[in-house]
Amino acid sequence: MNSSAEVLRKRFPDGFVRTKESCGDTIVYVRKDALGEILEFLRDDPDQEYNYLVDITAVEYRDPEKPIEVVYELFSLGRKTPLRIKVELDKNATLEVDSVVSLWQGANWLEREVFDMFGISFKGHPDLRRILMWETYAEGHPLRKDFPLRGRFSRSEQVRQALNSNPESHYSMEELSIADAYHELPDEMRDRLAKGERGVIPEPEGT
Amino acid sequence: MGVKDQGLIETPGTAGSVVSSVSPNWITTKLDFLVNWGRSNSLWPMPFGTACCAIEFMATAASRYDLSRFGMERMSFSPRQADVLICAGRLPFKLAPVIRKIYDQMPQPKWVISMGACASTGGIFDTYAMVQGIDTVVPVDVYVPGCPPRPEGLLYGILMLQKKVRGETLADSAIREEELLDEKGLRMPPSLVDEISEPFGNSIHQTRSA
Repeated sequence: MNSSAEVLRKRFPDGFVRTKESCGDTIVYVRKDALGEILEFLRDDPDQEYNYLVDITAVEYRDPEKPIEVVYELFSLGRKTPLRIKVELDKNATLEVDSVVSLWQGANWLEREVFDMFGISFKGHPDLRRILMWETYAEGHPLRKDFPLRGRFSRSEQVRQALNSNPESHYSMEELSIADAYHELPDEMRDRLAKGERGVIPEPEGT
Repeated sequence: MGVKDQGLIETPGTAGSVVSSVSPNWITTKLDFLVNWGRSNSLWPMPFGTACCAIEFMATAASRYDLSRFGMERMSFSPRQADVLICAGRLPFKLAPVIRKIYDQMPQPKWVISMGACASTGGIFDTYAMVQGIDTVVPVDVYVPGCPPRPEGLLYGILMLQKKVRGETLADSAIREEELLDEKGLRMPPSLVDEISEPFGNSIHQTRSA
């Protein structure tokens, strides 16, 4: 059992729900209103140091009574320790949870994927759009259990909608025209783009 | 591949159009032979590789199987200089407008090879995200079965296409007419799309949704 679970139980008596060990992985269930502060604590506390958000995903069980779970896979690069945090969302209420993009920038697309596939909205996400399915996709959220395997529309309607869609409409303006937007970028980002990935202008060989 | 190539698909280009008044004679048949000899031996492929079939396609193009023996020396990565669109791999709905656009950009004469089970029928991907056969999106000349087809299979498909090209005649201008989408935005009646997209084989049992 990961020692972080015990720390969370002591430090967040209200937010902590229960803990479980499965296949050697420690899972901590937390309440959804405490999620933000718990993840921030896990990231920033020097004894925890979970600085890498590996993945965000969600689980819906076939049992209709069971809640939908949002899963956060954390990893501490310094301590080489994984930790799994789960939030349970009641299916009969609005599926909504706080966004963690302010903690990990990489959560941006992960949360968009969960939104696309499960219809869970993330409060405070800067750009919550579909990411895998196209934006005009009207059949619902494919990984939900009530979603038919072949989609809700007939095949001819699916082909019609696909053929009539504009492939470029899947992207935001920034994604399409990064070169045009160059002068509107923050100074620091513009500098980084100009210098390349390593942050220095490469010197020619042999000088 | 079953009902698909039995002539059940009515393309707007061929249905009800008037056959050219030029009747075959010594000049047109000799010209046909010359033109078709040239066309069939210089088919430039436009590879549209989306999945594992593209790996087999690359193997076909590489030195061991050497596609250039059949006049496919030059891979055309621009549709405007291509003759054959080879769809190698599954086609998701998100890519359907893309392959349609590529097909529309290719100049006549043009042909399409549907390589592999997924491109031809949807294959194992009988899901919400996958086109069930690219013939619902673009007209197809040759279907190559296999998952993925071996390079020999693709070569056989290409030889069949060459045979088909050699049988064409300049006198029939209808076969070179541009086929456009109808007012619904489909290339065939919706009922036909539904019919050829129906599940078959093992996937007819997969109706469970909840």
